[in-house]
Amino acid sequence: MKNNNVIEVENLTKKFGDFTAVNSITFEVKKGEIFGFLGANGAGKTTAMKMLIGISKPTSGKAQVAGFDVFTHPEDIKKNIGYMSQKFALYDDLTVKENITFFGGIYGLSRAKIKEKRCELVEELGLKEIVNELVGSLPLGWKQKISFSIALLHSPTIVFLDEPTGGVDPITRRQFWEMIYKSANSGTTIFVTTHYMDEAEYCDRVSIMVDGKIEALDTPKKLKLQFKAATMDEVFLKLARSPSPTLPEEKGVNI
Amino acid sequence: MSISVKNISKSFKKVTAVNDVSFEVKEGELFGLIGPDGAGKTTIFRMLTTLLIPENGSATVAGFDVVDDYKEIRNNVGYMPGKFSLYQDLTVEENLDFFATIFGTTIEENYELIKDIYVQIEPFKKRRAGKLSGGMKQKLALSCALIHKPKVLFLDEPTTGVDPVSRKEFWEMLKRLQQKGITILVSTPYMDEAALCDRIALIQDGKILQIDTPQEIIKHYPKKIYDVRADNMYRLIESLKSFEHHYSVYPFGEFVHYTDKRDDFNPQELQLYLEAKDHQNIKIEITTTTIEDTFMELAK
Repeated sequence: MKNNNVIEVENLTKKFGDFTAVNSITFEVKKGEIFGFLGANGAGKTTAMKMLIGISKPTSGKAQVAGFDVFTHPEDIKKNIGYMSQKFALYDDLTVKENITFFGGIYGLSRAKIKEKRCELVEELGLKEIVNELVGSLPLGWKQKISFSIALLHSPTIVFLDEPTGGVDPITRRQFWEMIYKSANSGTTIFVTTHYMDEAEYCDRVSIMVDGKIEALDTPKKLKLQFKAATMDEVFLKLARSPSPTLPEEKGVNI
Repeated sequence: MSISVKNISKSFKKVTAVNDVSFEVKEGELFGLIGPDGAGKTTIFRMLTTLLIPENGSATVAGFDVVDDYKEIRNNVGYMPGKFSLYQDLTVEENLDFFATIFGTTIEENYELIKDIYVQIEPFKKRRAGKLSGGMKQKLALSCALIHKPKVLFLDEPTTGVDPVSRKEFWEMLKRLQQKGITILVSTPYMDEAALCDRIALIQDGKILQIDTPQEIIKHYPKKIYDVRADNMYRLIESLKSFEHHYSVYPFGEFVHYTDKRDDFNPQELQLYLEAKDHQNIKIEITTTTIEDTFMELAK
C-alpha cells in the first residue's frame, strides 16, 4: 500500500448466490481526504462498505483499509477505523456520559484517557448541560454530532459515515459538515455516504455506484464538467436514473 | 376545506410535540409540512388520522371531526406512515388484497388509481413484503394507502432515506395522484421537495414558522444572499465567520451562502478581506434565495 493511501481496493466483488451486489470495484482513498460514496438505494453501497469495515468477507478481489487486508485482518481493521451509521449510533437508555465511557472502553482506552477525551468532547460540543441526560431524549441532530465524536474517540485513521445527516435539520446538518471538515483538516480520512447532493459537493472526490459498479469517480468539479451538469444532483440523475417504466422523460418534474 | 386544523396541541410528558398549530388544506391541494426530525410532523399526522387525540383545539378531515367522527375519517383517508407498516410475512399481492378487503372493496374496482405505481412492483407480487427493496416497499405502501380511493392522502416522510432518483420518481407519482383529485398532505425533511408543493408550512419544535406558497415564502427572506467560493472550503467558512460584519454563513453545495449585517454591503470589501486572508480563486456573486435559506433564518 502506498504511504498516503488509507483505502486501496482492486476488483472487489461480492456475490450472494447468483446475484452480484458489488461488481469488481476499484478505487483508492488518500489520507485526509473526504471521499463521498454515492449511489441509488440498492446500488451496492452498503455491501461495499461492510466489506471495507471488516464485517463481510468479499467473494473476490483485493482490499486494504488502514494498512490491513480485509481477507486476513478484519479484526485489525475494526480496531483502527471509526464507524457511524444512522440506524444504530448510540444507546438510547444510557446517558451521554455513559455512552462515551462505554465506547471508550470498547476501543480499549484507559480510564484516564476516556476521562480526558470526555472532557474535551463536552467542551467542544457544549454538552455540559446534557452530559447526564439519556441519549434517547436528545434531538436527532445532537445524537448524530455526539455519535460522530464517539466514532473518533480512539483517533482512527479513517472514519466511515453511513448517511449521517438523514432527516437532520438544515442548520445542524451544516454544523455536522463543519465537524467533518475540521477532522479532515487535522488528517482524519472521511468516507461518507449521503442522499443530499449538496453534501456531495463538500467532498474532495465522489464516486457514484450504479448496479454494483462504480460508474464515475472524480472531484465534484470534474464530474460536473464530464456530465455537462450544473450541479451534482444533475450528475447523479443522469447517471443513476433507470428509465422509468411508466413515465415519458419529458413529463418529469424538477426537484 | 379538505383539512382544517385549529389550535391543536399535544404533549408527551414534559415534551410539547405540537404547540398550538393551525392550518388549512384546500380540496385537491398538495400541501407540505416541511421540517426536520422531531419537529412534530408525525404527531400532527397521527392526530389527523385519528390515531391520537389532540389535547386542545379541533380539526376536521374531509368534513369530519377527528374526535367525534373518527370512524368516517378512517374510511375516507389513506395513510402511509413514516415507518414501513405493512405485513412483512404477506406477499405483495396479499397485502394489497388485505387492505382492499378491510375497506370493503376489491383490487379490480380501484385498479385504475394505483395502476401506474403497482405495475412497477407487479413482477414481484409473489414476494413477501419483508423481502422487498426500500423503493419497492414504498410503492407497495402507497398502493395499499390508495386502494380504497381515499379523499385525502396522508404521507409521512415518504422519501426519507430515499436516493435522489427514487425521490424524484416518487414526486412524479404524487403529482399524477393530485391530478386525479386527491388531496395530499405530505411531510418531508428535504427542503428541495418543498418547491413542488402548492403550499407549505415550515415547522420546527412543534410550532409553525410560516405558511404560504413556496414562491411567497422565498420572497419574504429579508436579506440579499451571496454565493462565495474559494479553493479551500473549510478555511473559507472560518474566514467568513470571523468577518466582523457577517450575519449568516452556511455551506451550500459548492458555495457558501453569505449574508451581511449591513444594508449597504459592498461585495468588493469582502473580496479584499478574503484576499488579505490569502484565499485563492475567490468568487462572490449575488444568488437566489431557497426554501432552505428561509427555513434556517426562521429557525435560528
